[in-house]
Amino acid sequence: MNLISAIDFSVRNVLAHPFRTILTMLGIILGVSSLVAMTAMVKGMEKGMKESMIAMGGLDKVLISEDGVPSEMDHLADLAPGRTFRDVYALRKNAPLLKVVSPELRADDRNITYGHKRTWPSELVGVWPAVLEMNLFEVEHGRFFCDMDEELALSVCVIGTGIRDELFGSPEKLGFEIIPIGKWININGQPFRIVGMFRHYESERDRKIRELEAKRRREQGQQSGPARQKGWGGSKTWGNPFWRKNNTVYIPMRTMWLKFPRYLEDSETGTLIPDTRLTDIDIKVRSMETMDKALQQARNVLGITHHGILDYEFRTQESGIEDINKRIRNARLSGGIISGLSLLIGGIGIMNIMFASIQERIREIGTCKALGASGSAVFFQVVTESIVVCILGALVGMGASLGVVELLEWLSPTQNSPVITPAALMTASACSIIIGMLAGIFPALKAARMSPMEALKY
Amino acid sequence: MALVELRGVTKIYDLGGEKIHALAGVDLDIESGEFTSIVGPSGSGKSTLMHILGCLDTPTGGAMSIDGIRVEKARPKELARIRNRKIGFVFQFFNLLPRLTVQQNVELPLIYMGYSAARRRERAMEVLGLVEMDNRSRHRPSQLSGGQQQRVAIARALVNEPRIIFADEPTGNLDSNTGEKILQLFHELHAGGRTLVLVTHDPDIAGLTPRRIEIRDGRIADEVDTRLVRGTEQSRFALTRDDRDAVGDSPREA
Repeated sequence: MNLISAIDFSVRNVLAHPFRTILTMLGIILGVSSLVAMTAMVKGMEKGMKESMIAMGGLDKVLISEDGVPSEMDHLADLAPGRTFRDVYALRKNAPLLKVVSPELRADDRNITYGHKRTWPSELVGVWPAVLEMNLFEVEHGRFFCDMDEELALSVCVIGTGIRDELFGSPEKLGFEIIPIGKWININGQPFRIVGMFRHYESERDRKIRELEAKRRREQGQQSGPARQKGWGGSKTWGNPFWRKNNTVYIPMRTMWLKFPRYLEDSETGTLIPDTRLTDIDIKVRSMETMDKALQQARNVLGITHHGILDYEFRTQESGIEDINKRIRNARLSGGIISGLSLLIGGIGIMNIMFASIQERIREIGTCKALGASGSAVFFQVVTESIVVCILGALVGMGASLGVVELLEWLSPTQNSPVITPAALMTASACSIIIGMLAGIFPALKAARMSPMEALKY
Repeated sequence: MALVELRGVTKIYDLGGEKIHALAGVDLDIESGEFTSIVGPSGSGKSTLMHILGCLDTPTGGAMSIDGIRVEKARPKELARIRNRKIGFVFQFFNLLPRLTVQQNVELPLIYMGYSAARRRERAMEVLGLVEMDNRSRHRPSQLSGGQQQRVAIARALVNEPRIIFADEPTGNLDSNTGEKILQLFHELHAGGRTLVLVTHDPDIAGLTPRRIEIRDGRIADEVDTRLVRGTEQSRFALTRDDRDAVGDSPREA
């Protein structure tokens, strides 16, 4: 019995009962489609999370954030210095494994106007030029701050494209792009000149949607009227790191100090005293391999500048990665259980049908044996038939998974579009072949062991 | 040495404690080129004998060989090989596989022999031509009449060039006219030098074959060989086994 004949006979037998075959394959179809769709979704999730991770500054970025003084140092709380420029200079000078140290001073009030238009940026921060490398920003138009801006505390700002969109109009709505370099806008009521604008940042999916929209508009014939706002502004939320990035406004550090000073209220006298603390110190390590060593250096430096008072903590992206991995694991597990169950049930269904099928073909099997088919030839034939059913089911299932993915994308247009990988398709095929083999073994053994004489009497 | 030799072959079925002696010691020689019929009423053991002769079953006791190969202790795999290479079967209900075409049905034994597709096709068309069914090679069995189906089945029994062909009531499911034509075909095959064994309950059909073996109660009750009285007016005159022994030198061995 060669493979080609076995497959030929199997396909004939399977196609002899098309409806029954489809019912039989249902479990496999469901299993394979859910397996492929699940891995595609997880892949999409992963991709989206990685994109976000990079949008937030990459893996090598570490935040030194404020932390409550531990209870055993409670009596020293008043002496805690907070994060200051002292730390920044000390880190820059004494922690050689750090690549970038970027101080940030955030403004609490953030409202920006231009003419009668008003917007609230996600961040209004006083920065040093190190921030570009820290947060992976790229100035596309104009320039970033120079030493002169910093030295003279000039009223200049660099904005993200989101701010431009709100104040001057977006290219999508206008049909052309405005580059507002040199324009004066009011930040918290004070005039600032725009000297630079960042590149537009967006996720893969947003870009695709935007391009599709633009294409559709072109095809509709240059209808360049204002685009209507749809729904609740899509994914323009605080949870979207791309939106946050595009709605950033940076001004020179010294300008921030002088124009928008922050004050502390003295708890005893009630008088306001200038707050000398920074809101953030971000650091970047030279390489991921020396992350632990670099963090130890930073800890040593801060231990001195903070007199050993632990009023700060290091927040690496590791916890974020851990979180992502956990979510992916969970998604994989639940999807895996569902598809595994479907495949199992599908396999049982196939085994059942194969038993029924050989039962109704006992005389045929007897005939084949009388003509010289050995037990192993009959076994091979039945197992092949079972595998053929499973492969057909897997093929239909893979087709169905494309539909499922489309459906999921349509149902929940999250920013992570599912990605069907060849690996997932291969896994699904391998699974179905194995299930076909397992489901076919017992019916095939039964058929192979049948006495030809008994079988012919049927 | 005869093509098929049975010595003291017994077959006992154990039906829940009750032992049924289907064959109670059968001695039988079938020579190459013979056309033998095995006749007997139902329950006589003729089907059991045919199953054992056709290597579909093994005897409980006694010795048996086909073409010099001992088969009484053979394993299922060896029996399958013997059936494949040495034996052709024709069944009462034709037993064609309904989902295969005529040609594929005929090719079936060759698939188990491991022939290539091209050789299978060539050989199948050759034997289909022999039974005048080569113009129906692409049809399904269900598109053929009973007689045509049996012709295809005969082609299938011939395709592996067997040493011996067993036919189990080959006309039992055909009208008498068609049945006669099928028997005619068997006679032509015999004339061509093939060895045939026909199992039937019909004495008229058995009467047409040169050699007749009558089975009753699991034993050979009577044996007739018309060739022993060749040349006489009563060529159908039945000789008993004892008569044949009396004649001595058998023309078959000549």
